[in-house]
Amino acid sequence: MKITVNGQAIELTQAQPLLKVVEDFGALAPFALAVNGQFVPKSQHQAFVLNEGDMIDILSPVQGG
Amino acid sequence: MQLSSQEQLRYSRHLLLDKIGEAGQLKLKKSHVVIVGCGGLGCPAALYLAASGVGELTLIDADNIELSNLQRQILYKTNHLKRSKVQTAANQLQALNPEIKLNTIENTVENADFSALINTADIVLDCTDNAASRYFINRACWQQQVALVSGAAIRGEGQLMVFNFSEQSSPCYQCVYPDLSEENLNCSNAGVVSPVLGIIGSMQALEAIKLLVDKKSSQQNKLLCFDAWQMSFHQFNLIADEHCKICGKNE
Ligand SMILES: [Zn+2]
Repeated sequence: MKITVNGQAIELTQAQPLLKVVEDFGALAPFALAVNGQFVPKSQHQAFVLNEGDMIDILSPVQGG
Repeated sequence: MQLSSQEQLRYSRHLLLDKIGEAGQLKLKKSHVVIVGCGGLGCPAALYLAASGVGELTLIDADNIELSNLQRQILYKTNHLKRSKVQTAANQLQALNPEIKLNTIENTVENADFSALINTADIVLDCTDNAASRYFINRACWQQQVALVSGAAIRGEGQLMVFNFSEQSSPCYQCVYPDLSEENLNCSNAGVVSPVLGIIGSMQALEAIKLLVDKKSSQQNKLLCFDAWQMSFHQFNLIADEHCKICGKNE
């Protein structure tokens, strides 16, 4: 199954939870996640099922001002 | 309430707009916006809201002006060093627009009797630089159902979120970033390219004006991410987390 993470193409051999995919990609907490432009709340990171072609964005918090 | 002939002239470029006009300008005049943080974001946001004729502005910041602030905090001049940010900002803004009312709170937001203060406010702008203040402001705005325009910037990145808490389904800041720690980066320790603050702070003022004039904004329930080096904007649709510890329906 082909997906992208932060625009980078990734091949998954089997269906995996969203959280595992982004952790394997190297994401370090804290972060927010979006799939195909839609924010996925943290309580759904584990259960969220990815589909072929999904585009994942790992969003780092910005808090300066 | 009416606009004086001086105000008609001062705001004439707003009055020409279909989307603002005299009715919209009067809404701005009747409005009260609270700006928390008078640093890199708060300065441009306050300048545009004061110039635009928002009738009452309350500025909250405990800090004094330092030399390293002047790279980006555009209300302050070299001869203002060591002075209070809110007092100096209020003086500058009042000189820009004597028609508006300015309130200053020289304290941290946590010690500003904030919930009582925003009870009569229309919009809060979060222009702070740390997670604890952001969580505190978010909780108070959600409880009081006061719209929150949240801006943030660091290095060459900026983010903008608009939470219209008068709508039941609105997400909150905590839904988006539930697990920020105190050690996160801010402009003081990580740096920031100066005009990024102008871009994000100006967008906060713009979103406030849209909400005041129209009661809604195209940006509500969205996270806008700005990359200065690429000059790119990416936008994501937000939803509430039903397990959010502030606004969650299942908590
Ligand atoms: Zn929430």
